[in-house]
Formats: sequence, C-alpha cells, structure tokens
Amino acid sequence: MEIARIPFRRIGLRLSEGIDGPLFVLTLMLSLLGLAALFSASYENPGRVVNQAVNLGVAFAAMWLVAQVPAVAGDVVNGARRWLHVGVTRFQPSEMMKLAVPMMLAWYFHKHESTLRLRDFALGAILLAVPLALIARQPDLGTAALVGAAGFYVIFFAGINWKVLAGLAALGIAALFPLWGMLHDYQRRRILTLLDPTTDPLGAGYHIIQSTIAVGSGGLAGKGWLNGTQAHLEFIPERHTDFIFAVYSEEFGLIGNGLLLILYALLVGRGLMIAAAAPTVFARLLAIAIALMFFTYAFVNMGMVSGILPVVGVPLPFLSYGGSALLTLFIGTGVLMSVNRHRKLVQT
Amino acid sequence: MRSAELRNHERELYEFHFRVGVAAIAVVAAFGLLAGRFVYLQLAQHEAYRAKAEDNRISIVPISPNRGLIVDRNGVVLARNYSGYTLEITPRKVKDVDRLIDEVSELVDVTARDRARFRKLLQETRNAESLPIRTRLSDEEVARFAANRYRFEGVDIKARLFRQYPYGETASHAIGYMGRINLEDQEKLEEDGVGANYRGTDSIGKSGLEASYQDELHGVTGFERVEIDAAGRGIRTLPPRTPSQPGNNIALTLDLKLQQVGESALGERRGAMVALEPSTGAVLAFVSKPGYDPNLFVDGIDPQSWFELNNSPDKPLVNRAINGLYPPGSTFKPFMAMTALELGKRTFRSTIHDPGYFEFGGRRFRDSKVGGHGTVDLMKSIVVSSDTFYYQLANDLGIDAIAGFMRNFGFGARTGIDLQGEAAGVLPSPEWKQKRFRNPAQQKWFPGETISIGIGQGYNSYTPIQLAQAMATLVNGGVMYKPRLVSYVDNQRTGERRNFEPEVLQRVPFKPEHVEFIKKAMSGVNKEGTGARAFAGAQYTSGGKTGTAQVIALKQNEKYDESKVAERLRDHSWFIAFAPVDSPRIALAVLVENGGFGARAAAPIARTVLDYFLLGKLPRGMQAPEDDDAEEEESD
Repeated sequence: MEIARIPFRRIGLRLSEGIDGPLFVLTLMLSLLGLAALFSASYENPGRVVNQAVNLGVAFAAMWLVAQVPAVAGDVVNGARRWLHVGVTRFQPSEMMKLAVPMMLAWYFHKHESTLRLRDFALGAILLAVPLALIARQPDLGTAALVGAAGFYVIFFAGINWKVLAGLAALGIAALFPLWGMLHDYQRRRILTLLDPTTDPLGAGYHIIQSTIAVGSGGLAGKGWLNGTQAHLEFIPERHTDFIFAVYSEEFGLIGNGLLLILYALLVGRGLMIAAAAPTVFARLLAIAIALMFFTYAFVNMGMVSGILPVVGVPLPFLSYGGSALLTLFIGTGVLMSVNRHRKLVQT
Repeated sequence: MRSAELRNHERELYEFHFRVGVAAIAVVAAFGLLAGRFVYLQLAQHEAYRAKAEDNRISIVPISPNRGLIVDRNGVVLARNYSGYTLEITPRKVKDVDRLIDEVSELVDVTARDRARFRKLLQETRNAESLPIRTRLSDEEVARFAANRYRFEGVDIKARLFRQYPYGETASHAIGYMGRINLEDQEKLEEDGVGANYRGTDSIGKSGLEASYQDELHGVTGFERVEIDAAGRGIRTLPPRTPSQPGNNIALTLDLKLQQVGESALGERRGAMVALEPSTGAVLAFVSKPGYDPNLFVDGIDPQSWFELNNSPDKPLVNRAINGLYPPGSTFKPFMAMTALELGKRTFRSTIHDPGYFEFGGRRFRDSKVGGHGTVDLMKSIVVSSDTFYYQLANDLGIDAIAGFMRNFGFGARTGIDLQGEAAGVLPSPEWKQKRFRNPAQQKWFPGETISIGIGQGYNSYTPIQLAQAMATLVNGGVMYKPRLVSYVDNQRTGERRNFEPEVLQRVPFKPEHVEFIKKAMSGVNKEGTGARAFAGAQYTSGGKTGTAQVIALKQNEKYDESKVAERLRDHSWFIAFAPVDSPRIALAVLVENGGFGARAAAPIARTVLDYFLLGKLPRGMQAPEDDDAEEEESD
C-alpha cells in the first residue's frame, strides 16, 4: 500500500501541473451535462455518445498539453507558432480561425504595445477583415460571427478609443443595408423569420418554433432525463449539435437552465479574472478574447434556441456534439490555464 | 521616452481593467436577459407550450368502420368487404409525381389504366392525404416494395377494406356502386353535420342502395390517439381507444335467383323488369339492362371505362327501371277499363262496333287491326286489345277524369322506392300541359289529344316501376304499397334487427267485382288473347297485358312496318302480368326497348320469370342458380 501510493502522488502532482482547478471543474461539469443531454438526443444512435466521450478525452488531453506550453508570456513569436502547430491537422480551417485570428491580433497589438495609435487599430481591423471575409464566403455565418466577435474583443481590449468605437458602430449600422443585400436568401429568411417565426412554420420558422416549444414545455423542473417528447419524437432538428440546448432545456427545465447559466457565468468570470491578471499584452488580450468567446458561444446558442436570436450555426460550448468545436474549446481553456500558470510562476 | 512608454503602459493596463469590468457587467446583463427569457417561456408561458408539445406529439387517428353487408332475401351476400393492400402516393410530399411513378413501376406493375385513374383522382380530390396508384397488390409486390420503401418518400403501402360485389353485374342497378368521396360529397357530409364520422373513410355510396342506405351501411368511425414523430409516423397507440362500430347489414327483398332469371331472360337486350309482391310492395326482382360491373368503381374507375360506360349508346349507367320513361301503350288499357267501371262510364255488358278506326274531328284514329275487331265488349277489348274501344272510351271520359282517376294507380308520381333519382313520369292533363309549355299556343289542351291517351300513347310517359306498381295496386283492389328493396336492417354489434314494415301509400276502395272482372279479362289475355302464345301450357293461372309503345309517330295513312324501321326507332315492347289469378303473389312489368310487339318480346320474359317464381323452373340454357357461387372469382 505505502509503496504503491507514493509514485501515484508524484505522478498526480505532475499531471495537475499547470491545470487551473476552477476551469477544470467547470469544463468537466459542462462536458458531463453535455454527455447526458447527448445521450438523450441520441437514443437511436448510442455510438454518438461514445464518440463524444472519445472526443472529450482527446480535447482534455489537448487542453493539458496546451496548458504545459510555458511560452505564452515569454517568447511570443515562437509561442504563437508552436500554438498554431498544435492539432492543426485535426482542425477544420474555419474552426482554427476561432483561435488563430484573436491570437494573431493579440500578437499584433502586443508588438505595438504602448505606442498604439488609431492607425494601428485600423491595420488590426484589416487583419481581422480578411479571414472574416473568407469564412463568410464559405458561407458560414455562425463561424464568421464568432471569429468577428473574437477579433472585435481583441481590438476593444487593446484600448481602442470609445469615440472611435461609437463612430464605427454608427458606420456599422449604416453598412448593414448593403450587407443585407450580400446575404444569401436562406440567411435573410432566417433573420426575418426570427422576427416572426409563425410566418413560415414549416420552413425556416420550424426550427425556432419547435425549439421554443421544447424549452417552454420543459417548465420549472423539466420533463425528466430521457423523457423529452419534442426531442425523442424528432421535432427538434439538429438535436445533437446546435439544438442540444432544446433537448437539455426540455428535460431539465428552468432549474437546469439556471445551473447551466451559472456554470457558464463562472467559466467566463474565471476567464476574465485570468485575463485581468495576465502579465503581458498578448496574454491578456488572448485570454479575454477566449473568455468572451465562451460567453458569445453560450449566449448566441441559448438565445437562438429560445427564440431571441437568429438561427446561426453556433454550437453550445462543451455540450454540443462534434470533435472540432470541442477541441477548439478545450484548447482555448488550455490557453487560459497556460496564461494563469505563467502569472503564478511570475508571482512565485 | 522610456517613462512615457511606462506611463502609456500603466494607462493601458488601467483602461484594460476598466473594460474587463464593463465586459463582466455585459456578460451578467446578457445572461440575465436569457434567464428572463427562460422564466418567461418555462414559467409564464409553460401551459401554452406544454399544450403545443402535446398537440405536436398526439394525433387523433380515425378508425374507419367496416361497411355493412348487402344480402338478398335468402341471405346470399351481394356486397361485402375484403381487405387488400394498396400502394398510395401522398401528392404533397412528392415533387415530381410522374418520375416517382416511373420509379415505382420498376418494382410494381403500374398499367396505363392505373396512371390514368391516378390522374383522375388527383384532379377530383384536392388536399387529399394519399391516393392509390395501385390496388390489390400481390403478396410478392408488397414484399418487393417494402424492401425498397426507403427509396420512395411519400409512397406507402396501406391495408384497406374494399367493397366487393361477388355477382358482378347482377342487380347492379339496385345495389349501385361506391366511389371516392369527392368535393361535392364532402360538402354535403359537412352540411349534414356528419363530416367527423367520415374521417378516415374515402369512399361513399354513389348510386343504388349503396347510396340510399349509406347512413345505415357506413357505421360509426372510431378514434385512437397515436403518438407521432415529426415525420408523422405513428410510434405507439395511447389509451383509451374508441373502437369503430361496423355499419348495419341490410337484407333485401330481392331474390337473387329470380333476379338472375329475369336478367338472363332479358339477355343482351335493353330494357327493364320490375317484380313486386302486391301484398307488401316488396321488390322481388329489379332488372335494368344493360348493367355494369360495380367492382370497376371500387378503387376509382379508370377514365377509359368511365368513358365507355358514359358514352355507350346503350347507356348502361341509366337505371331504366326507375328512370326510363316510356309510353305504356296498350298496357294502359286495363287501367282505362277500371277507370270506366269505377266512374260508371262502362258496364260489363257495354259493347261497341269496331270498324278498325275511330273518327274524331274529321281525323281517323286507326286500330292496329285492319278492319277492326267487330263487336267488342269490355272483356274482349282487353283480351284482343282493341284500340277503337279505348279511343272512344277516352273521348267519353275526358282528360280530366282520366288524369284524376289514374292517380289511384300511381301514374305520373314517384313511387318512393328506396333508391335515389327516380323519375316522376308524365300523367297528361290540361294543367300539366299548361305548366309544361311556355308557348301559349301549345299550352291549350285539345280534345283530340285525349283520344290517343286512351291507348297509352300521346303524352303518357311512365317508368317500368310505375307500371309494376299500378299492376300490383289494381290486383290489390286499390291498396297501393310503397315499393321497397330492403326488408330489414341488422345491427352487427347488438344483433338487433329492424324490420321495414310495408307502407301503404294510399287506399282507394275499388269495387271487388270490378277488380275481379279486370283480373278475369287479363287472364283471358294469357289464355286466348295477345299473351296466349307466350303463356301456352302454363301450369298456373296468370293475368297479363301486352303493350307496344310507339317511338316514332306515324303519318295518317302510313303503316308501321318493323323491317323498314331502324332498330332504335322500333316500338318498345311491354308486358305487365300478375299470378296466380286468385291471390296474386307477384305483379310485374317488363319493358324491352325497341323490342317490337309486346306479345313477341316482353311477354316471353314475363313467362320465364313467372315460371321460375311459381314453379322453380329454370329457363333453358341457364345454369342452376344454386351453383352460382362459382361466380365469386377472387380476381374481382
């Protein structure tokens, strides 16, 4: 007994090195909730749950790996390079963009630390616009929105002037009109049916109507795990991926939703804390972008499923089925951990 | 320079922390918004959404009832149901129906007829759930399609009950046929407030008893609650289940064997024969030829068959027994004689001299016998069918008296038989003429028009069933029953039987001696008169009267020569009869369109029917009806 325990402890210590406790617990809880909802949504294909469990294993491993990278605050350029190599082969190109774009921008602003002028912000915006345009042309509105948001967070937290921001916002609203003309028909319809889903109950409004019914019929305590009729009778489209929240919400009700919101809020909060304490510009910009990306994912997805945001292809972080998205999220978490670890190293 | 950078650095860090705070507030606000939305959906609106989810998942599925059977008076099944598989297409789920049918036809035989019928159904029934492209699939076809069904969205195999008529054309005009419920039917059902009871039912009686007893036969639709998925597939049935109640079985007064004898006696000729039981009004046989095969209509008739039936010059869809209107010819004479006796215009001993014509207003009304019948009394006027006697009688009675009294036999009025679409016919009178014509010059009744009414020509126009009813009423002594085809209705569930009692339409007390006199005169027809040849050697007593109804009017001095007249313009042949004379058990009317003299075409048919009815004797060439079960071909 005695002999056996000691090496374990040693290994345990090593394994937990660089892992942030709160982040680990929160993502683990979210992942477990996700597995439960996925099991319910996949009664006809239980293999999916096994797949997701394997994905989670891989993603946790990637997170651990990334958390070990000590270079985040040090050799910025090399660090960034190394990062881009991590799991590149497994990434979908646009999925990679979700981390690569904020990373690139953070590096850009890091290089111009303390000498930032409006010109630098304009260049940053162009750096953001190019990949954004490529993704939007694919067309993948969901990913484009998320990458755009991540890029915006970096620019915002790099310290862009509030007045400039306000001016840009006004410009952006003005730009909405020509942008509207560039949208695909189905994208326009999705936005229009959001305003009144009942106009097209069997077409574009179907998703929203059915998912809203699922959420509403869940009530306070939900219908109970595996008892959701909306999900099990296939009224919920894409119920393992983008609409898994409808399944979760129908079965666990308002109480379950509250729990989920708290977990996300804690996750984002922890990310903000890490960002606030980050030692370098690159580290804090990257950390804040990742933390707010988690928030954006969660908010847009839950807003869409409950019918207050348009249907865009955004997964629910840590719960939706799908290896690539999961990997991105856990690598992001790993980055947060790495940032946090470096701060600790500096302090101690 | 360095201090400025440091200052910048600190300012940036300060600004960064400030903005993190802003972000934290924004996150809390956004999640608060979501929380508010969840509270709204899951607490405030929970009831509404719970109901919607319930509506989503539960579908009320009707269980269509089994249609009642139709059996003859001896319990022989004339209409029944069989279950079969159909291949059905739901048009709204399919983009290119033609291509789909092409693909389906690689697995299952789809004939050009099937396609045409499907097109026709598609046009007739809008918003239909599913329409059959093929019916009566073989087991192999079902298996072959089932293995490939995943390839065909919107195509399903369904088990349905079909109406089947084992005897095909036999009694088709009495039984009628079924057809798919069309928009018009649907509207009527909704109007009658029974639309819900027809959910899940797709066919309805269109003619004959199938139509007139639709309410009895249909039954009560049951319902079950089925949990369905988003694609509308049933997952499981939820209790409680309301079973359907089968329709009532109806038993006819018809005797299938008598019916078959009558139909075979009429053969390929066009015509009708109605046989009634005088004491009840029960219809013993109801023949209208040509008939049609009601099985053709069961799963939607294909356009070609429909065209053939509709456009045949023989008009097989016309129910001649209740819808064909013909002048009665000389079969009118016994009723004229009865009228004369009852109104005191003639006595048993009244005689006239028949020179072969009757002159009125400078015009000669010719007798069919050149030179006339010499001295003719009332008895002889019927036996030899003297025209001159009845020209004169009609003139003596006048049109008002004739029209007034003939109502006692039911002439010119619907008999009220339990079938739809009966024609009323025309009992001519000055009032009728006034109503019938617009032109004032035509509205006036001319006394000369009364003369030919006396021999059943002129405006006289009646249905075969009216003649049969008149015959029955006469031998009944003036008691008129409503003819009916159904004797009782059986409730399959409770076993309760509802008998349809004979219904007296009117009761005119004829003097019995007058009735006896006419019956005697009519039996004379069959013994020594115009019906004698047809009834030679009959082993029972019977009364009859021949009739010949003109199709074309002859000129004043023209002589009718059958061989010179086109077949369709030849005279119609009539025979009315009853037997036995003392207490008649049957009264009938036979009509053969363009059959020529009544004695030659119609009378032998009446003889054949009476021979079978009274003696059980089958006509030569006809198989024993007992073995007719062989007709129940499964392929039909």
